[in-house]
Amino acid sequence: MIKNILNLGDAALYCDFGKDVNRETNTQVIRYFKSIQKENIVSINNLSPSYNKLIISFDLKKTNFKDLKKLIENLNITNEDDLENKKIEVPVCCDENFALDIVRLENKLNLKREKIYENFFSKEFFCYMTGFIAGMPFLGDLSKNMRANRLETPRVRVPKGSVALTEQFANIYTFESPGGWNVIGNSPLRIFDSSKEESPNLINPGDIVLFKEISKNQYENYNE
Amino acid sequence: MKIIMSKNYFQVIRAGINTTFQDEGRKNLYHVGIPFSGAMDKRNYLLSNKLVGNKINLPALEFAYQGPLLKYFGSKINIAITGQVNFKIKKKDIIIDGNCYQSLNLENGDELDILSTNKSVYGYLAIGGQIDLKYQWSSCSTNTKAIIGANDGKKFENEQVINISKLNNQSVEKKLNYINTKIENIRIIKGTNFDYFSDKGKKVFLEKEFIVSKLTDRMGMRLEGPKIENVIDTNIKSEGLIKGVIQVPADGNPIVMLSDHGTIGGYPKIGVVISADYDKLVQLSPGSKIKFKQIDLSSAENLFKLYDLETQNLISQIE
Repeated sequence: MIKNILNLGDAALYCDFGKDVNRETNTQVIRYFKSIQKENIVSINNLSPSYNKLIISFDLKKTNFKDLKKLIENLNITNEDDLENKKIEVPVCCDENFALDIVRLENKLNLKREKIYENFFSKEFFCYMTGFIAGMPFLGDLSKNMRANRLETPRVRVPKGSVALTEQFANIYTFESPGGWNVIGNSPLRIFDSSKEESPNLINPGDIVLFKEISKNQYENYNE
Repeated sequence: MKIIMSKNYFQVIRAGINTTFQDEGRKNLYHVGIPFSGAMDKRNYLLSNKLVGNKINLPALEFAYQGPLLKYFGSKINIAITGQVNFKIKKKDIIIDGNCYQSLNLENGDELDILSTNKSVYGYLAIGGQIDLKYQWSSCSTNTKAIIGANDGKKFENEQVINISKLNNQSVEKKLNYINTKIENIRIIKGTNFDYFSDKGKKVFLEKEFIVSKLTDRMGMRLEGPKIENVIDTNIKSEGLIKGVIQVPADGNPIVMLSDHGTIGGYPKIGVVISADYDKLVQLSPGSKIKFKQIDLSSAENLFKLYDLETQNLISQIE
């Protein structure tokens, strides 16, 4: 449930679902997001679901904070477990040329790389949200012994396809972009496809992701 | 790149610094990771279309600092430029200094040289007719980061062409008396993490002057000045952003999110620029001074009504 709705500027509702970042809270966020999306409310410009927040930005010509807040508070949100958890397998090549920060992680986590990869590939990940750059999925949760901070100095360019870790999350860089996450491999899979206007993102909030290791040779000959 | 030319087209001789096609932007894609985009200075964008007799939400060219040099080939066409822009039209044997907020005719072989935006950042060139462009999610706005929108998601390059698929042949010249006014204070509403900052930090934010840094583009405006002290945490759990949000990272220098911003961010939000001041904010060029003034929500809503009314008035004056 929404704990509190504040205004973010004059044209957005800031819905707070609580402090904790876990699947339960996030599932609530996604449920609200999907329910509101279905309503097709014309004054709403955008919905931004994240771990524990939902930001609803609106057209100030068509409504205002007070009216839209009332409308959202009175919406019927289905409480059934109607989230489709699509399962997606993402191939990752961990060749040294791709695993830019594996040495850093070995030191930070005090684990050998074989163990890091074993932990990583045996895990099922849950997609909490997508964004920052188009299509980038925020996937959790890494076990406690796999959690490291961002790089002290972020990279100016993280290569497209990079699979990276920070804190309790993994993500995939859908474009070359600046970034500070620990890169452990690269995926040849196309995660964002702007030509598919209906569903440009391969991975969406609520989906389950499994990473699968592939060789350099498989990577180079990868064919969707 | 294969260049196909239609009957009426512009040849881009000089692309300019950051020239893109923009319209009103695209909605309902934040959750995918795609920002709103669209014309940075919306009022000037709408006015440019109105001056050439287009529907006001058709795509126009947006340029920053130095605009493009274009050579036109085809039947007589009308154009209009808005903003604070220095430009010239070169005809066979004469060079004419151009005036903004006025529709002008171009004929076969004429050159339009958009030299610079004067003490501002963005200007708009509307072309009377329909530009042949690709739409994605009902908008042609170019977003160079996600490589989407018109022009293959890229900014203009030298030697490319702009194809015009239909001319609208407006016969009467249209003109508007309008002066872009400077703004002394950018008005803001307290952000959701306002209380992450010390009393001293809040005072710095609301009372001191900041300078617009060179690291400013369509994504964000970085400001330099006295540091804003955070006493709670310099990170928050990543969450959505909207344009106008002012984030303060660990270094204490505020960053204002602009139209092409990343859709998710993890820095505390100290404030949000009110909707009525956004067009003026984006026109502040690097080196400009900026001061924030806090107002409440209902004042911000009233100021937006005024802003919108004024825009509608200007549009209706062009008839």
